[in-house]
Amino acid sequence: MAAFEYNWDWGILLCTVEDSDTGCIGPYFHWIVEGFGWTVAVASAAWVIAFSLGSVIGVLRTLDKPILWVIPFLRSPIYFQTRAIATSKGVVTIDIGWFLHGISTVYVTIFRNVPLLVQLFLWYFVFPEVVSEEWGKWIKRDLPLPEFWTSVFAMGLYTAARVAEQVRAGVNSITQGQHYAAMAIGLSPVQVYRYVLLPVAYRIIIPPLTSDFLGVFKNSSLALTIGVLELTAMTRQIEEYSYQGFEAFTAATVLYIVVTAIVMAAMRVVERRFAMPGMISLGAT
Amino acid sequence: MAVEAATAVTETGFDYHIVFHSIPFLAKGMGLTLILTVAAITGGLLLGTLLALARLAPIRWLAFTAGTYVNFFRSMPLILVIFWFYFLVPFILGFPVGDFYSVLVAFIMFEAAYYCEIMRAGIQSIKVGQVHAGEALGLTYRQNMRFVVLPQAFRNMIPILLSQAIVLFQDTALVYVVGLRDFLYSAEIIANRENRLMEMFITVAVVYFAMCLWGTLQVRKLEKKFAHE
Repeated sequence: MAAFEYNWDWGILLCTVEDSDTGCIGPYFHWIVEGFGWTVAVASAAWVIAFSLGSVIGVLRTLDKPILWVIPFLRSPIYFQTRAIATSKGVVTIDIGWFLHGISTVYVTIFRNVPLLVQLFLWYFVFPEVVSEEWGKWIKRDLPLPEFWTSVFAMGLYTAARVAEQVRAGVNSITQGQHYAAMAIGLSPVQVYRYVLLPVAYRIIIPPLTSDFLGVFKNSSLALTIGVLELTAMTRQIEEYSYQGFEAFTAATVLYIVVTAIVMAAMRVVERRFAMPGMISLGAT
Repeated sequence: MAVEAATAVTETGFDYHIVFHSIPFLAKGMGLTLILTVAAITGGLLLGTLLALARLAPIRWLAFTAGTYVNFFRSMPLILVIFWFYFLVPFILGFPVGDFYSVLVAFIMFEAAYYCEIMRAGIQSIKVGQVHAGEALGLTYRQNMRFVVLPQAFRNMIPILLSQAIVLFQDTALVYVVGLRDFLYSAEIIANRENRLMEMFITVAVVYFAMCLWGTLQVRKLEKKFAHE
């Protein structure tokens, strides 16, 4: 590293076969393509988890009205009343909404306050040890591509907490009047969300969701710490083989920037396509 | 048989002793994490504010350059930025400066892009009337920014700046990739040496969680206070 001179050799990026005459110790071009493939695979698979789970948790976090459920056959001799559980004339009712809201809040709090890298290590090194022996064995031995799937799950669950916050913000930004209007025309709670709140909320949060997706795309580089050979890992490997690190880093940088630019342009089109007339976009990027 | 059973128990159970014994070593790692966090916040905030001023400056090329800088760093993963500067800093300077400073430069350059966007939003949230009033008093552009706009922008943005500081605190764990002995890496050294991955990583997670949660709660308190005023 003490070298002051650096011999730029962009040719190494095009190495496709091992050929020591041309200075190609590895097929660097294929490595970059393969690494890019893994990056896209980890990011997309994690996003599927993040989006679906995040939507559910985000909706649960917006539940501020009680959803009461009467426990059948159970009678309480004493009278008591809390937010979660209450009795009335001996009938015990549970507020399911309170529990669901609580669980989703705990989820978001935990997953947002532990660094992603630590979460990744917990899933990869600790999780197989603390689950039952059978499961642990299955994860360690039979799970195909263990590093890949662990990264996908870790990043999916981490990003889900972020998506949940966006969904919550989106739903909460809709005026209560819409909610009441939907209930007044006789929609069930599920229908209120399905037909009134969510279609508006998702439109509002397109920009922050885009940046969350780009976040998981960039964060997928953390997978290299447990041995997934994604784009950043491949450039590091090229650096180690050829000492031409800057060329490899440049290639990766360009790829990341190009994907970011394409995704942002595409989402801007989507946002315009689904924009509601008479409403300015409320979400901030 | 009895010996085997005994080792099996110690291997599967949670060994608190190893955690207690490694506290001094972990504390040293946490020290580095905190120093890196504070230095990166200070540098990132300074550079970020300058970038925000440049982005909003009436000079077109300056605004364009700052905008390009921000978009460039915001589309790169932090790990790649760390790798870049890990090799680039000693190369540009011509002499090795140590891993810490290379990584610190990477963090400052990277976080500045995010702080720039926060500061820009903060500056833009100041009412135009304030700027006009400053101009009417005869303040120059510099004085107006220095005494009227920036103090208010900072104040408005304190909760968001602190949230970003918590994110940065979590991000410092990534110095793991270049082997800097921060909190996580120190724990990993012991985990591998003593073969106690579970104990060490759970400890790390709990400590990070407690610190970040405390920070988050402080931010929320501050937000409420600001909302009341």
